[in-house]
Amino acid sequence: MATPVNSPMVGKLISVDVKVGDQVKENDPVATIEAMKMYVKIYAPASGVVKEIKANAGDVVNPDTVILTLE
Amino acid sequence: MLEQLTEVINSTGLLSLTPGNLIMWAVAFGLMYLAIKKGVEPLLLVPISFGIFAANFPLTGLMEPGGLYYLFFHNGIQNELIPPLIFLGLGAMTDFGPVIANPKTLLLGAAAQLGVYAAFFTALLFGFSVAEAAVIGIIGGADGPTTIFLSANLAPHLMGAVSVAAYSYMALVPLIIPPVAKLLTTPRERAMVMKQMRPVSKGEKILFPLLASLVIILLVPKSAPLIAMFMLGNLFMESGVVQRLTDVSRNELMNIVTIFLGLGVGATMSAETFLKPQTIYIFILGVLAFAFAAAGGILIAKIMNLFTTNKVNPLIGAAGVSAVPMAARVVHQLGSEANPQNYLLMHAMGPNVAGVIGTAVAAGAFITAIH
Repeated sequence: MATPVNSPMVGKLISVDVKVGDQVKENDPVATIEAMKMYVKIYAPASGVVKEIKANAGDVVNPDTVILTLE
Repeated sequence: MLEQLTEVINSTGLLSLTPGNLIMWAVAFGLMYLAIKKGVEPLLLVPISFGIFAANFPLTGLMEPGGLYYLFFHNGIQNELIPPLIFLGLGAMTDFGPVIANPKTLLLGAAAQLGVYAAFFTALLFGFSVAEAAVIGIIGGADGPTTIFLSANLAPHLMGAVSVAAYSYMALVPLIIPPVAKLLTTPRERAMVMKQMRPVSKGEKILFPLLASLVIILLVPKSAPLIAMFMLGNLFMESGVVQRLTDVSRNELMNIVTIFLGLGVGATMSAETFLKPQTIYIFILGVLAFAFAAAGGILIAKIMNLFTTNKVNPLIGAAGVSAVPMAARVVHQLGSEANPQNYLLMHAMGPNVAGVIGTAVAAGAFITAIH
């Protein structure tokens, strides 16, 4: 069962800080977005392996955007 | 021959320098250091500190009627022109989406004004006059242009001290809010994740500045100069059809008037008006006002939670001290420390922008009550 990691708010994706196949634990930082001129780290909602990265740095992301999925 | 030499020497400023001038230069250099080396509100503190420096040269006449800085001060600040122009620019960069999605946050922005009134009454106890106390209290609203606006109206002699206090404490928001917030909330409350905000339509965003003007200006007519310009700027931005006016309001116009505002405010800080014990009291009361404002927002948020089902994280109340968007960022940081899955930034923007309106309304209410 894949867990999607969405952007928590509207912003610009600065970087995805993990690679496909990386093992992440819950609350590890996985991506960085910029909103209100502030870099906001996005933390993994669950532990798992990064399955797919679905957004690119520079993209505008909003709460419907899946940045990556975990399995 | 000797006589001519003495005359030349006397016409230079050298012999007319007073110890007060030298102390004010030290103040100016201190603020310049903070602005340039420490990045404390440089856009304001660089012109303000240079204004202090230049206005404290003897024999220049810069601040005498007709002098250059006097013209900036008199035409831009004393007659209350520039703060509303800055509000136009602020309106053109403020997104009311978070307020529209969660109108309860308007209450939190209002609650933070408790800090203004708490500092007002404390200042009265310190022996300041009613008008002076109002100007000191408004520091707690963390809004520079509003502070200058109110002080031009009620107590021009305090303008230098209160505006420097407001701008420097704004830069200290990351140090003032966290201890207050941690004292008043439990880790569990700080960790609370809020429900995602609903999307806000373009129509709502266009109607908001009009409705807000209607309600606020009818209730507090004296807040009109600030609110009317703020809402016009917002309508420029949200209408989407006057991109050029939006851009010029928030960039060029704002930058230009900021120069005159900074110089004019700095130039009011002569040794005679600034080097008084009351200046120290103003700085002490100012930081109290900030702390009270953050506390007011948090406590009202907690009270609100007792009566509502869709609860808010009480931290966002602390963002009711305007200081946009710094206060919201600090709140986000606190929430994220308590729980990495907690993203409060956008939720905190609601009380944050509501706080700007709240402070402008509080200033209007002071003017109505005191004049």
